[in-house]
Amino acid sequence: MKDRPKLHDLDWTLLAIAGAISFLGVLEIYSSTHESAMAGMQWKQVMWIGIGLLGMFLISRIDYHTLLDQAPVLYVFGILILIAVLLIGHSRFGAKRWVELGAGVNLQVSEIMKLIIIVVLARYFAEVRTERLMLADLLKVGAITLLPVALILKQPDLGTAMVLVPVAVVGAFLAGIEWKHVGVGVLLIGLLVPMGWHMRRHLKPYQQQRIQTFLHPEEDQRGAGYQIMQSQIAVGAGGFWGKGFGKGSQNQLGFVPVRYSDFILAAFAEEQGFIGVCVVLLLYLGLILRLVDNAQKAKDRAGMYLVMGVTAILGFHVLVNASMVIDYMPVTGIPLPLMSYGGSATAFVFLALGLVMNVHMRRFVN
Amino acid sequence: MVSWNADAQKIPQGRLTLVSYGSVIFVVLLLVGFWKLQVVQSGHFADLAERNQIRYIPIIAPRGAMLDRDGRVLVDSYPSFSILLLRDNSKLVERSLPQIEEGLGISKDDMKQQLDAARFEPKFQPIVIKPAASVADIAFVESHRADLPILELMMVERRRYPYHQLLANTIGYVGEVSPQEMERSNGHYRPGDLVGKAGIEKEYNGQLEGTDGMRRVVVNSVGKVVRTLDNVEAISGKPIQLTIDLDLQSIADADMIGKQGAVVAMDARTGEILAMVSQPSFDPNDFAIRIPAAEWKSLNADPDTPLLNRAIQGQLAPGSVFKIIMATAALESKALPADFTVFCPGHAEFYGREFHCWDPKGHGTVNLHTGIVQSCDVFFYNVGKILGIDRIHYYATGLGLGRRTGVDLPGEEPGLIPSEDWVERIFHHKWYAGETISVAIGQGSIMVTPVQLARAIGAVADGGTLVEPHLLKNLSDLKTESFPLSDDTVEQVTQGMYGVINEAGGTGAAFKLQNIEFCGKSGTAQLMSYDASARLGLGKGKNSGWFVGYAPRRNPEIVVAALVQETFQHGGSTAGPIVRDIVKAYYDKKNGHFQLPTTAQNLLSPAPAGDASAAATLQVSGPVTAAPGGAQRP
Repeated sequence: MKDRPKLHDLDWTLLAIAGAISFLGVLEIYSSTHESAMAGMQWKQVMWIGIGLLGMFLISRIDYHTLLDQAPVLYVFGILILIAVLLIGHSRFGAKRWVELGAGVNLQVSEIMKLIIIVVLARYFAEVRTERLMLADLLKVGAITLLPVALILKQPDLGTAMVLVPVAVVGAFLAGIEWKHVGVGVLLIGLLVPMGWHMRRHLKPYQQQRIQTFLHPEEDQRGAGYQIMQSQIAVGAGGFWGKGFGKGSQNQLGFVPVRYSDFILAAFAEEQGFIGVCVVLLLYLGLILRLVDNAQKAKDRAGMYLVMGVTAILGFHVLVNASMVIDYMPVTGIPLPLMSYGGSATAFVFLALGLVMNVHMRRFVN
Repeated sequence: MVSWNADAQKIPQGRLTLVSYGSVIFVVLLLVGFWKLQVVQSGHFADLAERNQIRYIPIIAPRGAMLDRDGRVLVDSYPSFSILLLRDNSKLVERSLPQIEEGLGISKDDMKQQLDAARFEPKFQPIVIKPAASVADIAFVESHRADLPILELMMVERRRYPYHQLLANTIGYVGEVSPQEMERSNGHYRPGDLVGKAGIEKEYNGQLEGTDGMRRVVVNSVGKVVRTLDNVEAISGKPIQLTIDLDLQSIADADMIGKQGAVVAMDARTGEILAMVSQPSFDPNDFAIRIPAAEWKSLNADPDTPLLNRAIQGQLAPGSVFKIIMATAALESKALPADFTVFCPGHAEFYGREFHCWDPKGHGTVNLHTGIVQSCDVFFYNVGKILGIDRIHYYATGLGLGRRTGVDLPGEEPGLIPSEDWVERIFHHKWYAGETISVAIGQGSIMVTPVQLARAIGAVADGGTLVEPHLLKNLSDLKTESFPLSDDTVEQVTQGMYGVINEAGGTGAAFKLQNIEFCGKSGTAQLMSYDASARLGLGKGKNSGWFVGYAPRRNPEIVVAALVQETFQHGGSTAGPIVRDIVKAYYDKKNGHFQLPTTAQNLLSPAPAGDASAAATLQVSGPVTAAPGGAQRP
């Protein structure tokens, strides 16, 4: 009944932008690590990009409607593995071994959960047939989202847990959320944040520490505050034109924390300057705008929601990571998509782009 | 199966466009943030980045060595390591103090105090927390490079005084620069720098100290030095040669072991100081490494004042040695008839008060020559009465007493020769003529230093040429002062001093030296009246014994003044042998058959610090001032 989509139906512009960002990332990973014990890391990243591209093509072959049909199953599956990780992590096997293995599994499960929540919420929003988003629907969306958020928070992984929220927020916005609900939401947050601040003793110590160092970075120079400080120094010292490839002292001498991953933008900013940062951020803006364009041209609302779920997650990643590097936000451990070194994170981005390609390729098909 | 194509509703294009706008705004906001850091504050952060990676490690210039007149080493330096504390990251410093305390054994309070002292110095300049690090200390620093990146090692040249107490008061010592000195130096000194604090170390500090260098290195985030940026080499201090003769010095020192007092041996023709002793003494090695506060306090509070250089700072009544000045004054001013004699019954009365001669049996009829040889007090009481205090003052001052000699050492004291003018100025009353009688035998309110006395006696024997005593060899301009004396005066007085040693009945007859025209004069100054010393609980009858000797009789080559304090004996028997030994050694060396006595040899074989002679510095004694009144012995 449908024509099989062809390779040339892929969104090559989107792929070109993603490729350019990945290329800059690989270069900066090389620059940050080539004189250290981690030399050669850029090839691993190239490998992950390759795997990600392969995954992207595969996922683009499956009609996204088929995926949407399986949304409830996927959701239950996602929740179950999140619970499984928590249970197994706490009850069985020697603790230490499980911290190690658990960390790997956790990461994967949360990355998978990101994809699942995109699909699940796209399905839910697409099924809302009213012009305006009713309160009941809004509450259901909240419940669907907050369950995995709570489970991931319990792991604990504050960063990844937060990442799920924008999918719901952007979706609700597009589904026609009523302004009074927005008002109530804002009011609730306005009440919850001070209350949460009051209850901050219930946060994990590392979370308290991060909030503390965000508010007073100069207090603890060797801890998390030290990281923010060194990141800021690296960015600032880069100046307008940058110190040049492989010449950033903050980066090369190891003052920038995890300079090949979470803080890769700081390392990049030091060596490539404000000019380089402009190029990268504009590439990300291009990526986002191209994604939104894809959403606008989607064949149906379900496709649109899928694309916008991806957009919400990627945009949130970029915003939070870049803000952290320049001390606009606390350190959350959220990597910069496509640039930061990391296997599952990179794979996730390409799989998510695979969803977009999927929608893109089927935009004219009836 | 859900009927996806039955979707009747449109895609919300407007809201999607809003999302696009929102993204643009976020990116612009981020770019503003980057602009602030990278363009507006870029200088500030570039500075911070530089401070992160660049460290300044001082290279301490080795201090110049000191050699004796024959080129033998008196003071040198040896390489050693100091541990530096880098202060740029005060939080990290604060947190690491307990670990450093444990690893290096330096108390936290000590370190805090030092950090406090350096708080106004530039942050990149480290402070020395442990000079002379042990092998274990060095290992501690090396093995904690990653978790204690604020510790750094620095190679330094440390001062070494191989002969310990020998010549210590003259050489002085080095110590950490004081806040006042730092302020005066206009940034030349940093906290922890070593500077000369006393003696020659202080006087010639400018030549001895070199110019420190500085190494700029790049370190990585764990403090490991990655490469050196530049290296400003240190310029070593210049070595200086002293006029000291280590042989004569060691003989003088050996003779003074266990005694209190001073010795000055000087080339009478040039003023070159051949030996200078002050006892009790100290070991300057103790100062070469930072001296613990408690030890410094005890050295300073020691009633024996081991830090005082008595050769130039001990001010005492000259006793009978002053009779040489009296005789010279009497002859020069032609106040006495040529055949002037006095009958000495052992005492005499002046101004209604009884004055004793040191020999209660009396000396019978005494003229100027026998007055000097036998040191008759009654003869010189009469001379003093005839001369009057102002004429005594004129000749004594002319011969260099009661004023600084200009020796190249810090802290020389002037001494005091009284005059009518001085009494009226200070005490606002007339000079009591009776006091002149005491002054005539070098007693009462008269104070001289050993170096003054040596120079004055040398000048008398030389016909009135006052040399400037000095310790730096090869001084470009030798300063001399002239106080011309008539040949007749010089002849008569030197014959007297020759007689003291070479005539029967002379007070120094025991010190006769074969084939050497050894001349001299003994003296004993009572420290204070019996009453006064009893009042102060210092015991009775303690005296200061003097002997000033020289050779040959006219135009002397060497003059030696020796002072032995706190003795019950008269000057001749305590101080005389010291002078004789030095003069004899001088001639033995000159004539090529010199052999260093065993006692002196022992002093020159390097001994570990804190040996028996160090204990000698801690004996208790009385003050180093003279008090008026009373009779005296020769």
